[in-house]
Amino acid sequence: MSSSNLSAAYWRGFRHGLPFLLVIVPFGVLFGVAGTEAGLNLAEVMGFSILVIAGASQFTAVQLMSDHAPVILVLLTSLAVNLRMAMYSASLAPHLGAASRWHKSLVAYFMVDQAYAMAIADYERAPEQSLAEKLAYYAGVCTPICPQWYVSTLAGAVLGAAIPAEFALDFAAPITFLAMLGPALRSLAHVAAAAVSVGVALALAFLPSGLGLLIAALAAMVTGAQVELWMERRAAR
Amino acid sequence: MIGYSPLEIWTIIVVMGIGTFFLRYSFLGLAGKRPLPAWALRYLRYTPVAVLPGLVAPLVIWPTATGGAFDPARLIAAVVTIAVGVLSRNTLAAILGGLAALYLGLWLIG
Repeated sequence: MSSSNLSAAYWRGFRHGLPFLLVIVPFGVLFGVAGTEAGLNLAEVMGFSILVIAGASQFTAVQLMSDHAPVILVLLTSLAVNLRMAMYSASLAPHLGAASRWHKSLVAYFMVDQAYAMAIADYERAPEQSLAEKLAYYAGVCTPICPQWYVSTLAGAVLGAAIPAEFALDFAAPITFLAMLGPALRSLAHVAAAAVSVGVALALAFLPSGLGLLIAALAAMVTGAQVELWMERRAAR
Repeated sequence: MIGYSPLEIWTIIVVMGIGTFFLRYSFLGLAGKRPLPAWALRYLRYTPVAVLPGLVAPLVIWPTATGGAFDPARLIAAVVTIAVGVLSRNTLAAILGGLAALYLGLWLIG
């Protein structure tokens, strides 16, 4: 294997990751603003973006903390948002499982939605790539995405305090969640899961913060899985 | 943050960080020797659409900024965000559409 192969794989990944800057930067700024609005200090806001590096779960945690949810419920619910990453990990394992523990740790740390989506598409398109090329591609995709998450969070946290109330930034986080939801409603099963989640969460809003959501999420996951099974059986007939 | 000590806040951050890392490392760490069973994948597939709508729904119906009073501008913004996201399949377009609807709504309705 030549180093030019590796370099080509890295830069191919870099090019594929570049368009996501358009999503990551506004999203990071919004998290910085939301965290500051909720009363977190700069170190705490940055702690979230650097140690957790998973936008949706960070927003979930900050939202629940604004509602004064108990610590255990903040943790359970925001980690539930990241359960999908176990699925990403399972799907990347056949391609990257043979890497060193150190490399796999780096892959895991940077496993954001966009990096996973680009990497699995590239590996399935060209499965004959060497392990080193696959890792180089992954590093390439992450380069324009992950460091910018820290920088844009910082920008949002610093600017956030200067943004007046008329901008209704309280609603920035809900809009960001809903914006991620639209493209995720890919099938009837996804729509059914989302509908159950809304219905149960509103019905259980009287419960302590976070608890109703946890029940709603479990009910919605079961709904999604069952509707998918039902649709498969119908299609098989 | 009101209601949490710095220790509690850092506990949340650090435990979330470690937990998220292990979710991401989980099956890579097993080196792909044990693939996830189909039923587990079927549940995991729905986690984002199971959590996000339930998280947002109360914020849309009872917004924090209005002290929980229903606000038509925020509801309209939520509906527009979903609609743009479903039609365009593009998160950024949905964010911009939702913010445009929110500001237009707040300006027209007050």
